[in-house]
Amino acid sequence: MTANLTKTEPQKPANGSQNVTFTTPLANIRETKDGYVLEAEMPGVTKDGLEVTVENGELAIVGRRAAVTEPGRSIYRESRGFDYRRVFELDPSINSGKITAKIEQGVLTLNLPKAESVKPRKIAVS
Amino acid sequence: MSLIRYQVPELSNYSPTDRLATLRDEFNRLFDWTAPSRDSGFFSGWTPALDVYDDKDHLVVKVELPGMKKDDIEISMHDGTLTVSGERKTEHEEKEGQSFRSERYFGKFQRSLTLPTAVDAGKIKASYKDGVLTVDLPKAEEAKPKHIEVSVS
Repeated sequence: MTANLTKTEPQKPANGSQNVTFTTPLANIRETKDGYVLEAEMPGVTKDGLEVTVENGELAIVGRRAAVTEPGRSIYRESRGFDYRRVFELDPSINSGKITAKIEQGVLTLNLPKAESVKPRKIAVS
Repeated sequence: MSLIRYQVPELSNYSPTDRLATLRDEFNRLFDWTAPSRDSGFFSGWTPALDVYDDKDHLVVKVELPGMKKDDIEISMHDGTLTVSGERKTEHEEKEGQSFRSERYFGKFQRSLTLPTAVDAGKIKASYKDGVLTVDLPKAEEAKPKHIEVSVS
């Protein structure tokens, strides 16, 4: 069940007609007591370039690089200038209304809390 | 006596030793080449992407280092070689809970770059923003392009 969260969809254009290239950000996902934490590496992206959407049980993260004027003539390049995009299938146990996101030094951190109903509950024996 | 003016062969394409040197360089490059893998795979470790820009009187080096602490980045300059190194530390040591995906690399990295021109090592500046390290290297006076006036006497 929970393994659903790890399913990744290959990069696809945001819109069928446009052929936009994206880079897949490297991601870590781990389970915590209350839910999941997803981290994705998006160097060059600020808060303003970030788009996190939940639709049809899918979590899509898009990171657009802040427009920076190149500081001169490019003489050597390894980075790929593309924006980032990655889609994850959300586990039904996640309360999608309570997802929080922050980005710090190019790392997006999403907190995906589980719905109260699926959290393990201790039942006191009387 | 020939009527056709003698033309000095162009040096650039008339130097067999130069051509051999180019060929040798190409081979060296081939053997030195290591796949610049962006993945945190088993063999590759962490090779942060590095870009170099050339401005009139600056060289600018950018390195993608998401999620670092400023103090964990080290920059040094020695003999015309710029080295950026550091370590990205894991923030959470909680072993509880399962890890579903672990693609990010934690640990040490080092990138070295022989600069194409001389720089003024005392004036190198670096900043770290949005996970990108920018190193600004002002060119040394002798490496700056100079405009030479032709004087007519």
